[in-house]
Amino acid sequence: MLSYPTVRASLIFFAVAIAGLLFADIAITASNPWRDLGNFFLGVVTPNFFSSEGLMTALLRTVAFAFVGVALGSFFGFLLALVYRLLPVRIFCAFIRAIHELFWALIFLQFFGFHPLTGVLAIAIPYSGIFAKVYSEILEEADPEPRRLLPPGTGMVAAFLYARIPDCWDQMRTYTAYRLECGLRSSAILGFVGLPTLGFYLESSFSQGLYSDAGAMLILFYVLIASIPLWVRPKLLPIYILAAPFFLGEGLPIVWGNVERFFTEDIIPAPLRGDEGLTGLLPWLNDLMINEALPGIWNTILLTQIALVATGILALLAFPLISNHFGGPVRRTSGHVFLVIARSTPEYILAYILLQLWGPSMLPAVVALALHNGGIIGHLIGRQTNNIRLRPDAPAGFNRYTWELVPRVYRSFLAFLFYRWEIIMRETAILGILGIYTLGFYVDSAIQNIRFDRAMVLILITALLNIGVDALGRYIRRKLALQTMPTC
Amino acid sequence: MSGFDLSGLTASFGGERVLGPLSLRVREGEQVALVGKSGAGKSTLIRLIHEQVGRNSSLVPQELGLVNALPVFHNVFMGQLDKHRTWYNTLSLIRPFAADRAAVKNLLDELGMAEKLWIPTASLSGGQRQRVAIARAIYRDESLLLADEPVSALDGPRALQVMALLRDRFATSVIALHDVELALQYCNRIVGIQDGLIELDEPSDRLSPSDIMSLY
Repeated sequence: MLSYPTVRASLIFFAVAIAGLLFADIAITASNPWRDLGNFFLGVVTPNFFSSEGLMTALLRTVAFAFVGVALGSFFGFLLALVYRLLPVRIFCAFIRAIHELFWALIFLQFFGFHPLTGVLAIAIPYSGIFAKVYSEILEEADPEPRRLLPPGTGMVAAFLYARIPDCWDQMRTYTAYRLECGLRSSAILGFVGLPTLGFYLESSFSQGLYSDAGAMLILFYVLIASIPLWVRPKLLPIYILAAPFFLGEGLPIVWGNVERFFTEDIIPAPLRGDEGLTGLLPWLNDLMINEALPGIWNTILLTQIALVATGILALLAFPLISNHFGGPVRRTSGHVFLVIARSTPEYILAYILLQLWGPSMLPAVVALALHNGGIIGHLIGRQTNNIRLRPDAPAGFNRYTWELVPRVYRSFLAFLFYRWEIIMRETAILGILGIYTLGFYVDSAIQNIRFDRAMVLILITALLNIGVDALGRYIRRKLALQTMPTC
Repeated sequence: MSGFDLSGLTASFGGERVLGPLSLRVREGEQVALVGKSGAGKSTLIRLIHEQVGRNSSLVPQELGLVNALPVFHNVFMGQLDKHRTWYNTLSLIRPFAADRAAVKNLLDELGMAEKLWIPTASLSGGQRQRVAIARAIYRDESLLLADEPVSALDGPRALQVMALLRDRFATSVIALHDVELALQYCNRIVGIQDGLIELDEPSDRLSPSDIMSLY
């Protein structure tokens, strides 16, 4: 077994995660975590949909922000995809998608304030970078033969419309629809930094102990996501996109003086702003690195590696739940429900809930990341096993799992896992805002202390870390010859 | 203008020469059949000629090069994208103009598939797809045809009908064919390829099927 590169790679990652556990702060610190958890589940089964009209407004705002943000992101992403072969464009896109939606929101909040533009841009900017990359990959895979056969004088636009777009259309549509679902999740969590979406509603219900209100919100959110195929119709899309900007809410007006001050003063490193000049810059940077950046990086990597392995284990345990090769329809249906809930709940909301119940430590973050990402990968792998035809006398039960199925899906399982590595790190960093000492924690504290110069440097470091992990993940996928589709 | 005179044609694959060096001169009005075993280099030669004569020729490649997501009409109409302005082509993508619709329908009628005008090409059979690629080549309206096994998926009478149409529509042509009878019947010059070189080059009326069989 050890001669397989995939097995060796898995064992190395497993060992790193175990070593990480020794350093990680894993604990339940709440005085009575199980009673709180019980109360929360009681709230979910006794949802209160009519506590206030706030819930419906929050739902409407969530959908509106998602539509405007994803529509803009897909429009600009498409334009960028057309020039994606240029290196500066690729670097630019890698950079804007390496910064999490919530970080973008935190940045825009500082100068646009609670204006709808903050939420729209927070989604549109990173999504443009993602769309640009995936659209360009799809366009590149289009069959080149029809283009070669066009008459020589054919205009660029006509050639593109006839010989490229039609072949890619289906894939681009499927991917955009998937991204819309992600956009709804992103939009929901923007509420945690104060925008009027579901996250805001969840946070206020939780802080008042109104678990039934929080439960109602979660259920509505699942219904919203699960019913996407019913209400997102090609014919209705233009109506949604045109109407959405009118449902973003008023927010607060932009104070343009703030915008100017942010760029000309706030984000200039303190020593340059003062009279210390360049001589003060080095100690300033030194202090920032030692006291904030390095601990943040260390904790981010630690948590990412543990969460990555936990995600893998959960995905491997969860895929039989929806696989046709085991059990009956009852188990499969409940398996589907479990996996839909796990992957529809944004990591951030899961982490927030668990953190409220168990108290601050890395544990809620690991569990949240593993549940969400493990749910996604388990779902994809489970679906893949349904296409496998076993010989009629294949072993059943646990032997079927270990001998027949896992070996067959292991490579694509690893491909999905390494693909999500960067996504897990992005999320890990952001979970710092909830009080876990990853990079997001230091960014958030710097912003609260009105030290935007420090926050910007830390966000930059986070972005570089993500780009690095993305590159490493791609390198390992290539080394192990693993293939993935972008829709994961 | 539609003839060509090429020399020093060679092609290598993985460091090994698969074609040439050879010269081929085709005069206007000549309808050349390329015959020979599969793997002899017919497809490579067609591709090389296409690269050399520029794109002012109608090509029917073996893999057809259809846009599967578009209906038959648009795949045929693509042969004349250079004749219209961008706005016209863009609008045609959504709603084709009546004149073009009629022209494409007439052409498909001659190929016996007018009723498929609005069917996506992805859902057609192999023979139907082949006829769409041929219709596109004819619609393009060049005088030189380069075709690689254009009727391989068509049954007997249909293959004869299409070959006759190609003969009438293109003054000059180079067609790779594995069917010797068709070659003799619809082309006036036979070029036999063996191991990447020209082994036979005669007018059809001086050849019988048995002369060509020596190539196989």
